[in-house]
Amino acid sequence: MAADTRRESDVSRDSDSGRGSATDGSTRGAESHGLGPVPLPAARRFRPLLGLLVPAALVGVWHLSVATGVFPAYQLPTPLRVAETLYGLAASGELWGHVAITVQRVVLGAGLGIVVGILFGTATGLSRTASDLLDPLLQSLKNIPSLAWVPLFLLWFGIGETAKVLLIAVGAFFPVYLNLSTGIAAVDEELLEVAEVYDLGRVESLRRVVFPAALPDLLVGIRGGVGLAWMFVVAAELIAASQGVGFLLSDGRTLARPDIIVGSILLFAFLGNCSDLAVKEVRDRVVGR
Amino acid sequence: MSSDGDANVSPAAADADGASAEADPVLAVDDLRKRYDDTVALDGVDLAVADGEFVAVVGPSGCGKSTLLRVLSGLEAEFGGRVAVDGTDVRDGGSDAVGMVFQEPRLLDWADLRENVAVGLPADVDPDAPAARELVGDLIETVGLDGFADSHPDELSGGMAQRVALARGLAYDPSVLLLDEPFSALDRLTKADQQDHLLDVWEARGTTVVLVTHDVEEAVYLADRVVVLGGQPGTVEAVVDVDVDRPRERAAPDLVALRREVTAALGR
Repeated sequence: MAADTRRESDVSRDSDSGRGSATDGSTRGAESHGLGPVPLPAARRFRPLLGLLVPAALVGVWHLSVATGVFPAYQLPTPLRVAETLYGLAASGELWGHVAITVQRVVLGAGLGIVVGILFGTATGLSRTASDLLDPLLQSLKNIPSLAWVPLFLLWFGIGETAKVLLIAVGAFFPVYLNLSTGIAAVDEELLEVAEVYDLGRVESLRRVVFPAALPDLLVGIRGGVGLAWMFVVAAELIAASQGVGFLLSDGRTLARPDIIVGSILLFAFLGNCSDLAVKEVRDRVVGR
Repeated sequence: MSSDGDANVSPAAADADGASAEADPVLAVDDLRKRYDDTVALDGVDLAVADGEFVAVVGPSGCGKSTLLRVLSGLEAEFGGRVAVDGTDVRDGGSDAVGMVFQEPRLLDWADLRENVAVGLPADVDPDAPAARELVGDLIETVGLDGFADSHPDELSGGMAQRVALARGLAYDPSVLLLDEPFSALDRLTKADQQDHLLDVWEARGTTVVLVTHDVEEAVYLADRVVVLGGQPGTVEAVVDVDVDRPRERAAPDLVALRREVTAALGR
């Protein structure tokens, strides 16, 4: 065991002497160069920007194909036209109302779905009986397409906010439930034995072993759930809404305004991406060290 | 923890003589029989370990060594015969007084060392209390990992991780500390270091230790008494007293002779 600690101190002594020799210019300074911070090569710093190259080219192709008449403008507007329309909606203030209500629905629906998903996932993950009772049903319900729920939810809850939030909650529920349930059931048996040998007790072993072990799975589930919440909000807003980005989308079709349709689609892409990045950031902070 | 430590007989006093174990054994195993479905793993094992004694259990793979530890630690509820710790049957809570260091470190890789060691603290101790924090800090120092309290297991070498597991076992302040081949995955040099370190900790704290190993050299070097398990199903083939003063020399002739005796008892 002394070997390990010795190794540690060797490392620190190395870097110390390296720093010293760099200032007094002794020959040992040559070794320390490898240990010092190396500036990122310029090429690597711009690497993430590579991902923008293909979309930018696509916008160029898009513009050219409309400008040269491959697609008629009443079917596909130019990128500039879409940008102008979005800017106009934003400037008039109309856009924010749509975005706000859509984001509100997603937040409420995803929140509800995640909470219920955690409850059911914990129950079925921990209890064999709960799993035998509930899992087959939930596994088959998850295969129902989002649009199939819409008429039923409208019938039950009317066309108000309740129906939409609940529909989105259904979408967000399944990934959370499935991942957490599997995650908890798959917690390393060896760690559970440790908890048993050291008499942690039911509550403490859940708090200190089971939940932390299943946390990465839960976060994967939440990421999937938030993604599905965006799918379900479109389903809800396309069919029964008088406000929201999904409503804007269907309104664009009614008004024969392809610029509004494409603009709304891009807006969904942007909002969905933002929420995904946010969840991913949370996950990286919690799980990745 | 300290109060128990005071009550313990010093390891030197608890001599290797089988007689001392008969006085008032901390761990008493009588006619232990254990079967898994159709396979009989242990068939009539007897063992008595005195307070502060260091006992090694050796045997070939599949002789039931690990099964024995699982029974002692309360991980197996079904077995025949009697197993008692401090006079309490392990099925009636006796296993609460048993700590175990597994073959693998089995650490929580999301938690730092402090939290990992604190897992071993008895249930009625609040891990955030100042006294508990101090104890955990002391234990981390005891196993030679001072400065690593806030590190995570993935930053440690195999030997260091196994010492965290040892600290966790010591935090439990068990009447008997079980060690299940804790050094088997380590390279030769690290292994020797870890063995000496274990002896230091044992001598300083007077913890009663039962070490399971397949390494005869390790068993003879460390233990007061070597119990040879053998056969299928497993039974006690022989008990070899290691009546050699510490510190021991690994290559000393009397140790080598005892090693031969144990090896012979193993039927090799």
